[in-house]
Amino acid sequence: MEECLNARSGAELANSIAARAGVKLHECYQCGKCTAGCPMAHAMDLMPRQLVRYMQLGRMEEILGSKSVWLCASCHTCVERCPHSIDIPSLMELSRQAAKARGRVGVKTVDMFSGIFMQNVKMFGKSHEALMEGVYNVTTGRFMQDMENVPHMLKNKMVGIEPHTTNNPEEIKALIERALEMGGEDA
Amino acid sequence: MSRIGVVVCHCGTNIAGVVDVERVAAEAAKLPNVVFAVTNKYTCSEPGQATMKAAIEEHQLDRLVICSCSPRMHEATFRRMLKDTRINPYMLEIANLREQCAWVHTDKEKATEKAIDLMRMAVAKVEQNKPLFTSTIPIHKKCLIIGGGIAGIQAALDVADAGYQVTIVEREPSIGGHMVMLDKTFPTLDCSACISTPKMVDVGQHPNITLMTSSEVVNVGGYVGSFEVTIKQKARYVDHTKCTGCGLCETKCPTKVPSEFNQGYNKRTAIYKPFAQAVPAKPVIDPDSCKMLKEGKCGVCAKVCPLGCIDFKDTAKEYTETYGAIIVATGYDLIPWQDLYGEYGGGRYADVITGLQFERLVNASGPTEGHILRPSDGTEPKDVVIIKCVGSRDPHKGKSYCSRACCMYSAKHAHQILEKLPGANVYIFYMDVRTPGKGYEEFYDRTRADGAVYIRGRVSKIYKENGKLVCKGEDTLLGKPVSVQADMVVLATAMVPAVGVEKLTTMLGIATDPDKWVQEAHPKLRPVETQTGGIFLAGTCQGPKDIPDTVAQASAAAVKVCGLFSKDEMETSPMISGVDQQKCCGCGFCVNCCPYKAISLVEIDAREGARRVKKTVASVNSGLCQGCGCCTAACRTGAIDLSGYTNAQILKEVDALCL
Amino acid sequence: MKRCYYFPGCSMAATGKGYQQSIDAVARKIGLELVAIPDWNCCGATAAHTMNERMALALPARNLARAEQDGGGMEIAVACAACYSRMQYARQAVLSSPEKRAEIEAIIDMPCSGSNPVISFLELFSRPELMEAVQAKLTKNLNGLKVACYYGCLTSRPSAIARPDDPENPMQMDRIVALTGAEPVAWDFKTECCGASHQVDAPKAAQPLIHRILTNAREHGADCIVTACPLCALNLDMRQSKIMETFGGDYALPVYQFTELLALCMGVHPRDFGLHTHFTPAVGLMRNALKKGGDQA
Repeated sequence: MEECLNARSGAELANSIAARAGVKLHECYQCGKCTAGCPMAHAMDLMPRQLVRYMQLGRMEEILGSKSVWLCASCHTCVERCPHSIDIPSLMELSRQAAKARGRVGVKTVDMFSGIFMQNVKMFGKSHEALMEGVYNVTTGRFMQDMENVPHMLKNKMVGIEPHTTNNPEEIKALIERALEMGGEDA
Repeated sequence: MSRIGVVVCHCGTNIAGVVDVERVAAEAAKLPNVVFAVTNKYTCSEPGQATMKAAIEEHQLDRLVICSCSPRMHEATFRRMLKDTRINPYMLEIANLREQCAWVHTDKEKATEKAIDLMRMAVAKVEQNKPLFTSTIPIHKKCLIIGGGIAGIQAALDVADAGYQVTIVEREPSIGGHMVMLDKTFPTLDCSACISTPKMVDVGQHPNITLMTSSEVVNVGGYVGSFEVTIKQKARYVDHTKCTGCGLCETKCPTKVPSEFNQGYNKRTAIYKPFAQAVPAKPVIDPDSCKMLKEGKCGVCAKVCPLGCIDFKDTAKEYTETYGAIIVATGYDLIPWQDLYGEYGGGRYADVITGLQFERLVNASGPTEGHILRPSDGTEPKDVVIIKCVGSRDPHKGKSYCSRACCMYSAKHAHQILEKLPGANVYIFYMDVRTPGKGYEEFYDRTRADGAVYIRGRVSKIYKENGKLVCKGEDTLLGKPVSVQADMVVLATAMVPAVGVEKLTTMLGIATDPDKWVQEAHPKLRPVETQTGGIFLAGTCQGPKDIPDTVAQASAAAVKVCGLFSKDEMETSPMISGVDQQKCCGCGFCVNCCPYKAISLVEIDAREGARRVKKTVASVNSGLCQGCGCCTAACRTGAIDLSGYTNAQILKEVDALCL
Repeated sequence: MKRCYYFPGCSMAATGKGYQQSIDAVARKIGLELVAIPDWNCCGATAAHTMNERMALALPARNLARAEQDGGGMEIAVACAACYSRMQYARQAVLSSPEKRAEIEAIIDMPCSGSNPVISFLELFSRPELMEAVQAKLTKNLNGLKVACYYGCLTSRPSAIARPDDPENPMQMDRIVALTGAEPVAWDFKTECCGASHQVDAPKAAQPLIHRILTNAREHGADCIVTACPLCALNLDMRQSKIMETFGGDYALPVYQFTELLALCMGVHPRDFGLHTHFTPAVGLMRNALKKGGDQA
């Protein structure tokens, strides 16, 4: 069955995301220079160009369910070379947030890592690489990931042993909570 | 008591679709001194004009208001019509109900109210109109053509063949421009040099054409019919009146520098002709590389020249002449892609070349004698990638426009590679293939049949790995990132206006668009004229185009010049400024603000009471004044006024709107 | 000679320890006073901006605000590419409109005007006065050592935020490193992405990125890679042996911070900035290069 393009059920969300990213969707003429330069495209299920295409057509379903929005590394190669300076990293980030708000997570490990990272910052005001990695490995069940490097780190005291926090971690925690309370415009 | 007629034009539905024209006419009829007010479906048409002529007689009208399109469109039409009537052509006012009302509004009620205002203003103004009469200026029947590429060559031959004198000014040592650098031309594949060099020879030999190479225009004054132009010819260090072009000097010159004509792919000498078929076929010395001129030693050319033509003491010369018309044919350059596209190596890779460079590599008289060899190591490339739209359709890094010729010459390049290098592969990255020309789409078909692989997508990066140039793109039709490993990459780079064109357009007082292309007077109906009378344009100075379009435009510009030259004198607009010497205080503000250098200060004999005194006042040159009105706005004593747009007329318009 | 605020970032206490030590050593040598922003906090890179824009701006903005409390508008130098990017985003957001500024101030609960310019370490060190100061203190020479300067994404892009000298082929680090007599190679992957935190949370997808960078550096004759970011260095250094295993490859490209090369050529003992603690052995190449280069003329 061919796709019927009349239903533009995601148009409102697409337009709101585009507006927040400062993107004029009609400017994209689908040249694909974004995909061409994207370092993560090989692992994506929806090419960066296709993300814009779906948004142009007012279809968010494919985007919200994609892995791509979680795999974007925010390296900004696409927008830097785009003939129309279309801010795809922002479209990716906002689409990821919209997906998350709808309980849809294309790449669970990415979501977990972000969550653990911010939990860490919330707790200490600063992030702890080793702690993060440890929690991450336990959470994801990937116990052995990067473990081969641990002895080297311990030996060379690259794992922070001295206390590494802001003066008052509660302050940062409150800051983060205030930011989150204001919500995303979309969620 | 004046007797005013008002005609409100429907312009089909252009105006009537938005403005209630009947109401406008009805309102007009209520105004004092309006004795006739009607609407008309197409006022500019033959029957429309006949109706007006009849009404003028029947109602004994002495002035007329036409509510229609922009005066830029039909003011001249209606003035011509009035010539055959009892009304002076300048007793006419046009209210622009189309471009300035109907086309820009959707609310019919408000648009109609605005239309009524515009009509009332025009009626108020026409009350104040006075009959004006044109004068004439003589026409010097000699044409200056700036630029000796194919556009300048074609225009020069056409004007000269019509029997008029022509001067071509070309800044390079030879005419020929870009076309003579090209190998074959699409879609017919005829040899570019073979079809352009005969024309160059014709120019060189034409009795009506004066060729000034190594020359540039340095000053322009005057106006249509008599432009005063100063041309500076650079020192050539070779006396071309004596030189026979034997070429001995070139064979003996010890200094070798990269050849501009061959895109740096081989060397030329310091005394040189840019290429074998150069016109004039006589060498010049490049002072930046000549040892004698730089260091005072060498002089071999002077020693070997059998006719003693070499003159190391030669200096630049300036010539001033009067021309009746000027054709601008300054052409294009390629965008400096190296500065803009770091992702394509920014010029670091010798085998990433431009289309123009490829033309020299594939040309039988080029540095490789037509063998397609990589610049880096002189080997034959097996895999060639062509990337289109480099700098074109890229508002972020380059230009927003399409350069028009690239799709076709890229197809031609692909064809030539596949023909000359059996077993080679050509990949063309494109966004759209644009082939709007006779035989163009068929040529594109043929290129695909030849085996060229078209990949829809822009390349994001070129990098070097394993001795190959890896081109990373997306095949947008597959929806997959792809890469092609190339031995050579040809970039179809954007056309941009020739370097230095801004200086020239400022001198000529003609407009350019935001990309610095010369602005035509009207994109459809006056494509080879500029806004300045007597200055025409031809070829790519106006915007990217291919050879057929360039040649067509050059001939069109030539016809315009011939039309102008077919008369001995021409009418000038009477709508120019005049100075009331009684009121003028000689402050000179108007002199400084006049964009056409039409005003100067003069000393006159005046009376102050009983005394005779000398007084400095402004004086307007009626030939130069274009009626722009800057001076009237600047004049603090109100001494200067513009006929047809007097202060009194404009204040009446304002009153009609505001009171 | 020069005094500025310094934002180290969280990695400096852990895997970036050597980088920090080399920065301290070089700063001491050239009289550069780096004043750590009082009570600085994590800038949120690389997670916050993917989750919530306000949080992503507020975290670094708090650091800007802390630096502003002194008045004086002293520059803030940032040693990590990701932190630099986030701090620039925050400053430009604060400067963008009074409404945005008010929103951010409400979240961080302190005034923040964006008065202090944010600069990267590369920008700082490529200024003529710093280049001269560095030059004056160099005693050793890496004559002819071929280095690939790796800038990564965030000191180059987006260019409106990062304001690099050239987003595709930046040269700041090349110029700084060339002072040591090392020879920066022209290569193509200076600003390609290393995958950042995806090396942790999507390693299969992200590993080819490191491989491509290493391959291109090697292809262009580099003996080693030089960076100006703890995360870039960690990804290229710590994960290198695994990459070689996965993709095949029997070479090793030591990874240095540009300040490590400077410190070394200023005569600082490599132990003092942990040259021996690199994952990819880094001491041998330097020892040989120094032997070959000898003292600065």
